[in-house]
Amino acid sequence: MELYSLTIHELQEKIKNGDVSAMQIAESVFSRIDAVEERVHSYIRLMKEEALAAAAKADENIKKGDIQPLTGIPVALKDIVCTKGITTTCGSHILHNFVPPYNATVVEKLSAAGAVFVGKANMDEFAMGSSTETSYFGPTSNPWDLERIPGGSSGGSATAVAADECIASIGSDTGGSIRQPAALCGVVGMKPTYGRVSRFGLIAFASSLDQIGPFTKDVEDCAIMMNVLAGYDPKESTSVKTEVPDYRRFIGGDIKGWKVGIPKEYFVEGIDPEIAAAVKKAIAVVEKCGGQIVDITLPHTQYCLAVYYIIAPAEASSNLARYDGVKYGLRTADARDLMEMYTKTRRQGFGAEVKRRIMIGTYALSAGYYDAYYGKASQVRALIRRDFDEAFQQCDVILTPTTPTPAFKIGEKTDDPLQMYLSDIFTISTNLAGIPGISVPCGFTAAGLPMGVQFLAGHFEEGKLLQIASAYEKNAAIEKRRPTL
Amino acid sequence: MEFETVIGLEVHAQMLTDTKIFCNCSTKFGGAPNSHACPVCLGLPGVLPVLNKKVVEYGMKMALATNCTINPSNSFARKNYFYPDLPKGYQISQFAYPLAEHGYILLEINGEQKKIGITRIHMEEDAGKLMHDENNPVSYVDLNRTGVPLIEIVSEPDMRSPEEAADYLKRLHEILVYLEICDGNMEEGSFRCDANVSIRPKGQEEFGIRAELKNMNSFRNVQRALEYEVKRQQYLVENGQKIVQETRLWDDAGGVTNSMRSKEEAHDYRYFPDPDLVPVMVDEIWIARIREELPELPLVKRERFVKDYQIPTYDAGVLTADKALALYYEDVVKLCGKPKQASNWVMGDVLRFLNEEKRDIRQCPISAKSLADMITLIEEGVISGKMAKDVIDDMYKTGKPPQDIIKEKGLVQITDEGELIKTISAIIEASPNQLKDYRGGKEKLFGFFVGQVMKATQGKANPQLVNDLLKKMLT
Ligand SMILES: [Zn+2]
Repeated sequence: MELYSLTIHELQEKIKNGDVSAMQIAESVFSRIDAVEERVHSYIRLMKEEALAAAAKADENIKKGDIQPLTGIPVALKDIVCTKGITTTCGSHILHNFVPPYNATVVEKLSAAGAVFVGKANMDEFAMGSSTETSYFGPTSNPWDLERIPGGSSGGSATAVAADECIASIGSDTGGSIRQPAALCGVVGMKPTYGRVSRFGLIAFASSLDQIGPFTKDVEDCAIMMNVLAGYDPKESTSVKTEVPDYRRFIGGDIKGWKVGIPKEYFVEGIDPEIAAAVKKAIAVVEKCGGQIVDITLPHTQYCLAVYYIIAPAEASSNLARYDGVKYGLRTADARDLMEMYTKTRRQGFGAEVKRRIMIGTYALSAGYYDAYYGKASQVRALIRRDFDEAFQQCDVILTPTTPTPAFKIGEKTDDPLQMYLSDIFTISTNLAGIPGISVPCGFTAAGLPMGVQFLAGHFEEGKLLQIASAYEKNAAIEKRRPTL
Repeated sequence: MEFETVIGLEVHAQMLTDTKIFCNCSTKFGGAPNSHACPVCLGLPGVLPVLNKKVVEYGMKMALATNCTINPSNSFARKNYFYPDLPKGYQISQFAYPLAEHGYILLEINGEQKKIGITRIHMEEDAGKLMHDENNPVSYVDLNRTGVPLIEIVSEPDMRSPEEAADYLKRLHEILVYLEICDGNMEEGSFRCDANVSIRPKGQEEFGIRAELKNMNSFRNVQRALEYEVKRQQYLVENGQKIVQETRLWDDAGGVTNSMRSKEEAHDYRYFPDPDLVPVMVDEIWIARIREELPELPLVKRERFVKDYQIPTYDAGVLTADKALALYYEDVVKLCGKPKQASNWVMGDVLRFLNEEKRDIRQCPISAKSLADMITLIEEGVISGKMAKDVIDDMYKTGKPPQDIIKEKGLVQITDEGELIKTISAIIEASPNQLKDYRGGKEKLFGFFVGQVMKATQGKANPQLVNDLLKKMLT
């Protein structure tokens, strides 16, 4: 076994036993990157020099007996989290040269936990997309089929884990941007409760929906990452002051007697039959583990996509107003006056999908339309949230497919935004309700593409998700396959 | 046709907190450009605002002082527009759920109280400043002021004349300064005012079309601009022309208001709740605590001065216009026990000295103790009121206590009866004609004798004693 193919907990054992050094792990990961990155394109920017320095530092600490939860573990960061002194582009031309003078809180936390940063992972521009095709730096390929998309927007973070170009990674999820690519790449991805992980230093797409979370190779690693990421941050007003449990203790717990809700609205026509079959199997596994299946209803599901595509662009139109060429990032070279500087900078700096969403959002907030669009969407959002509150009166967790289809071909949906938006049909409601969700691999299609099953729980119930996901992972005994690259 | 003027004011007051509303940068005025600006001020990607609770408390003070109802859950909204002095492309303000609403303050108009309604008070952040290069087509941005906390106080359209508006503004200013939440400096922009003004035929219920006036940076200019604008609107109506709803800028030098191009004001701010901030929850306990911290407000203090010190309403008004002056006055009264005299000296000589040098009472070289001592010295007859005029002059110049000045100048009053009788006798002897005429009924000549005595004593004679003695000795 190559070191790069191991999990966090496996590598930690080896580090603790003195079997490997952080430097060996880092070198192993970078040799893997050398071998596959050209084909996968997980990264916008690699941080080899910094990583090797960090690994050397980790080895010093290991010698001193100072071993933190992630000491020596190579971690990739979606290029949406700010890294001090390291270009942070958000996948956009407009920020192609932006160097933050601060670290995101999660970067600080990971760093304090001993993580070794491998690089900044590719993503859809400003996290707007479901395929990582809107990146200014070019698309990322799915390691299971290089012709296919890896999902998005955190595509690079998902492929970096799937292709063993890091051990774990950080993504952000606004409408499914962690869970959808995790499913399409065959890895574990969690979107925590809104307010569980600090958004400080996360470049905002839609502030009321954005949440940072981990990609890992298994559920236990997810718990290890969550132990590091979760917690209140005085620099972030929407982060919540509630106790953070030791998430690792949920790993291996049984789910006997748990009520597992199956929302009928998530099992409708249009789902890929192979996914439908895989999820049916997953339900059977959960039952076998002692879970009690209950039929539930989330009656406002049909409005989720519409509500999302008003609220997210509305917030984005405001969040992205700061990219005006005045202070940092791209500024057009040929402007005669202020208005021209604004319009040309933004025309040149933003890609088509970002422009589309800025326009939708600006429209939704405009005088005369606000009540009909943003106002109404906010009301329906409250109803969607209530759907979940009521559902969790009847069940402990909810089980759904993560995506309606496996990975599609690069370029297949770029001209059809609506088809693209449908990729997130099962993940969006989670963000609207602010609840946590996790996607766990649930098998492969006949063509060898990974599929994912999603578990959802009530606010701050990440522990429950980890418990059922680990029980499922153990009992489903999904075939351990690796992409042939 | 007789017209009625309708005025409403919007006041922006800068809060005197040490740090900005959403970050820890200093609010100090001045400083090298962008020396008080952090990533939050600069609107860098990924940074987030964290509300300064002090700003809420200061706003609550103003809300309570103006009889507003504080919203138990108030929240921030984004006001979106592009301008280089606005780094995020939006201003964080309050919109649908302001800090406080439905208040009022009382004005004293021709001896009667009039209520001016306060529609709302909300918190917001200030924008930065642009500096234009005069020689090159370049502008620079200074973000030191970005994020400095403001409260906006919006009045009801309750004022009926420019004088009333100016009076309202002064009262509001007074309250803010009393609360020590705003320094009230209009030149530096810590207290700014925009006005909405319209006219309507007397008796008409419906409001006329209003103009919004901006760029008035003193009380006087607010009144002048409003007076001009009222005349302008009347002229338009009387000449059959239409008033248009627009923003107009006061031109101080020209003494006129000019229309701003409509393009610049055609903003759609696309307000929506700021998702980066949680609602501000204000409970009764918090309100009670803030209420307890409130100082005595100007109006209450004024009424108390009239009642307790038996001074005229006008005097009480002058003495309470500045909290520090009121404090000074009360200190003097406490030390000498003569409220009327204290008021005369403070309002007369002390304020005259200060006004001449554009100083305020905090910079007054005469301490309350010194002034009280001087009043006591007059009461005790050690010096005369006339002498005191010279003494206080020196007290102001030197900062010395009155006792020292009296000693140095040998100014002690002559109250020795024997000495004065001698002097008076000599004068009577030297003025036989005047004595004859006086005794013959020319009572005016009494003053002549007083003058002679004062001359002979270099003004040091106790005037009361001189009067008494002369009356006896001349008859
Ligand atoms: Zn700052």
